[in-house]
This record gives sequence, C-alpha cells and structure tokens, in this order.
Amino acid sequence: MIFSTLVIVGALGTILYTIIAKGLPYLNWDMVSSLPQGGYYFGKEGGVLNAIVGSLYLALGATALALLISVPVALYMNVFMRRRRRMVEAFRFFLDVLWGIPSIVYGAFGFTLMIAFQIRTSLQAGIIAVGLFIAPIMIRAMDEVLQTVPNGIREAAYSMGCTKTETAFRFFMRKAAPGIVTAVLLSFGRAIGDAAVVLMTTGFTDFIPTSLDQPVATLPLAIFFQLGSPVPEVQGRAYASALILTIIILIISLGARFFSRMYYKHH
Amino acid sequence: MNSFRRIGNVAGSGWMMISKFIIIAVPLVMIWVLWDKAYPLLKDNGFLNVLSGTEWKPSSDAFGFRPFILSSLYVSLGAIIISAPLCVLSAVYLSEYAHRRILSFMQPVIDILAGIPSVIYGVWGILFIVPWVRESVAPAMGLESTGYSILAGSLVLAIMIIPFILNILLELFSAIPNELRDAALSMGTTRWEMVKVSVLRRTGPGIISAIGLGWARAVGETIAVMMVVGSTFMIPESIVSSGYPLPALIANNYGEMMSIPKYDSALMLAALLLLVITVVFNILMRLVIRRFTIQSDGHEL
Repeated sequence: MIFSTLVIVGALGTILYTIIAKGLPYLNWDMVSSLPQGGYYFGKEGGVLNAIVGSLYLALGATALALLISVPVALYMNVFMRRRRRMVEAFRFFLDVLWGIPSIVYGAFGFTLMIAFQIRTSLQAGIIAVGLFIAPIMIRAMDEVLQTVPNGIREAAYSMGCTKTETAFRFFMRKAAPGIVTAVLLSFGRAIGDAAVVLMTTGFTDFIPTSLDQPVATLPLAIFFQLGSPVPEVQGRAYASALILTIIILIISLGARFFSRMYYKHH
Repeated sequence: MNSFRRIGNVAGSGWMMISKFIIIAVPLVMIWVLWDKAYPLLKDNGFLNVLSGTEWKPSSDAFGFRPFILSSLYVSLGAIIISAPLCVLSAVYLSEYAHRRILSFMQPVIDILAGIPSVIYGVWGILFIVPWVRESVAPAMGLESTGYSILAGSLVLAIMIIPFILNILLELFSAIPNELRDAALSMGTTRWEMVKVSVLRRTGPGIISAIGLGWARAVGETIAVMMVVGSTFMIPESIVSSGYPLPALIANNYGEMMSIPKYDSALMLAALLLLVITVVFNILMRLVIRRFTIQSDGHEL
C-alpha cells in the first residue's frame, strides 16, 4: 500500500523532473518574449510568445464566458432550488455527467457547427467552445462553496425584504467570493491546458491575434506541433514550451489553494 | 419596490433562466447535431457493418470502426488494469493507515497531477515511457517495437486518471462512519481485517463505479494518448504494437473530412460513440456512487 502511494508520488516526480530537465536548457528569454521568426520551425530565431499570449487570451475569454453562465446557475441552484432537494440533486447529477463528456467531443461538435455556419477557425469560436466545456466544472466548484453558506444569511436577507434574486446576487455571491475565485482559477487551468477543443476550433498562427475573428495559437498546440518536427532544436523548444505551460499551471493551482484556504479560514 | 429594484430583479432572474437554459441545451444540441451528421453513414452502410468492419478506406467508401474501437478498448482497459490497484491500495493506505500529515502531503500531489494538462503527459510519455517500452519492455517480450504502442498509451493514461479515481475513493472511504471501524476493531480484528469488512466490502460497488468512471475518462482522452500510441491503421497484435483509438482518429483526420464523401459522417459517428459511451457510463456509475455517499452521510433521502 505504501508502495502504491510512492508510485503515485514518484510518477509526479518523474513528470516534473523530465519536463524541467529537458526544457530548462532550451528555455531562454527569446522563447518567452518573441514571436516565431521566418524559418522558426527549422530551428531559426524566435519564440513562442504568440502561443503564450494566445493561450492567455483564449483562457481569459473562455473563463469570462463560463463565469457569465456559471454564476447565475450556481446561485439559482442554491437560492431558488434550496427547498427542492431532489431537483438540486438531479441537477448536480446532470452537471457531473456533463463534466464527463470528453473534450474531443466538444471539439467535434464545435467544428461541425462552424462548418454549418461557415465560421472560420478563430479566437471567438475557441472561446465559445472552451467556455461551454469548462462551465459544468465551474458551476460544480461554485456550488460546493455555495452549499456551505449558512441558511441564516438567507433568512436575514428575506426578513429585510430582499427578493430571492437580490439575496442571491448581493449576499450569497459576496459570502462565497473566495470560493468563486478558486472555481475560476481551476477552470482557467482547464481552459489553458486543453488541447482537443482548441485543436479543432482555434486554428494556429504565428501572430498574436488583434481581433476575435482571427485564428489564435495556444501553448498545448505549440508543444504538440513543435514535437512533430524532426529538427532537434525545435523539439527542444517544445520541451521548453512544456516547461512554460507547467509553470503557469503550477502557479494557478497554488493560487487556487491559497484562495480556498482563505475561504475556509474565514468560515 | 421601486422601479430600479424591480428592473434589477427581473434582469437577475432573466439572466439565471437564460444561463440555466444554455447549460441544459448544450448536451441536447450536441447529441442532435452529431446524430444528424452520423446518420447518413449508418443508414447507407449499415450499423453493424460500420461498427464491426475491419477495413478503413474512406476514399472507397469503406468505413470499418473495428480497429479504432478495439484500440480504444485495449488502451483504456490497460490503463484501468494498471491504475485501479494503485488507486485502491493507496486510498486504503491514506484513509485507514497513514498519519494525517501524509494525507495532507498527498492532497496537493493529487491536485497537481489532476491539473497537469494532457499535452504535458504526452511530452512525458514521449520522453520517458516510449523509450522505456522500446528498450526494456519490448525486448523482454521478445518483440520489436518503436515504443509508440498500446502499452505506452495505457501507462500514460493510467497516471492521468489516478487523481480522478483516487479522489472519488477517498471521498467514499471518508463517508464511512467511524463507529463501524471502531465496532470491528473492538471485536479484536486486526486493522487489515477491519479494512476488509468495514471499508472494502461495504463500499465494493462504489469502488467499482469509481474505476468505471476512470475508464470513461480514459476512453475520451485525446492528445496525450495520440502522442504516444502510434496511430497506424491496423488491429493491434500485441500490447507493444501501435494502435489508433477513436479520439486520435477524430483529431488526426478532421482537417480533410470535408474532402471525401461521408468522411465527415464517419468522424462525427466516432464523436457520437464517445459521447454515448461516456454519458451512459457516467450515469450508471454515478448512480451507484451517489447511493453510497448519501446513505452513509445519513442526512439525505
């Protein structure tokens, strides 16, 4: 039993070690600060700034869109449906199942719709597809926090003459704010790391998009494409890009831990 | 109520209703769109022919899914066979034996494993697992292999789904009331006997469902598997030969799906298959798990 626990820790260890050992030699300031120059994919000058910024754009957009859908749904579940236990349970169940749908299916779905409506691969298509993909996770994460908001707050708000909607947006949201931040960070991590949805919806480009209807590069795809190159220099850059993505993810998950600890400390 | 509050109230509730509607509509529209796309192929070529056919030549109207379905099954079952014992054993260790401090050390480890993007697992697979399979495992089995194989896919997937299964198991075990453990121990059982009777046997179906959920996750995983599994059109002969799972099929070929008739239909059928498999599995397994966690919490139903 201790052995299998050690295997799990060891697996994480080898992953981090492999990525750092392979990526670090290739990581330099050029990698994170410049766009791919001509001949970049044959080992010439340049960096993956297009993918870093593209990933941030995409993940920010998708998180914002998901937030727009998730906050009201999570509040609805915990304020309006609080009396109807069975319905809330059923809805949670539905969200859990929705979360189980693989990202490639969202990608295929998005791609089909884009063909049907003649939309090119673009930042906005990616934002919508990824946003819908992460919304169930975000709602459930918020829901977990909102469930712990004491009933007294609700009763107090009602007794002051607040409507249900006001109670939800004014008091529940404020009380659960650190938890909501955690949920947002978790979903942001999902959005930035996802490759299957963006593969089919955002396209790839060497430039930083200046508007929503342009294609956009993302880090996971940059890693994926660079790895496919036979040039060792380019493969090395794929490792360096993998290191960059890993660092971003680690920062996000540390942030999520920090905020969730803050919530439970005040609780 | 003044009119300002009234407007805010209506806007707030409207926003809630619209969002709720979107969330419920997404999966329904998804099923409908994919079915609409996949139906022509199923109608023309026959449902069973498509699923069991072994030949894949889109340009001559041969769409046999058997190699892909089998590859998907092998890779995901391999992953489960590797990760299930690891997960069950370490969940038992963490919840029944280990000091609290070890559990609180493991929590971030699990979280980080869960947070690492699929493509990073793929890079790790290429750098670490694939050479290992090529240089150690395949020669040991007396076979030649490039390393890009079913086994490599299974190993990478196994690590990827560990945090997912482990979290569910830990939650299951923590829902068992301590009185049950004390009761067994006070009868003079050893710790392991107590674990067997009060933990494992009690949550048996829940454990199996957790593993089933892990399987459903493994089936749909795309990029990491695609990077290490080889992707050649054939029915895999051994665990060190390469395979071509369904998600890889979609991701590798979606670019040219509009250029060959019915190709798009076939790829969307692959997506539909993944969708149906994962949704059905999720529903069944979660129903079982729910019964366990809710019952033992004691305050529901």
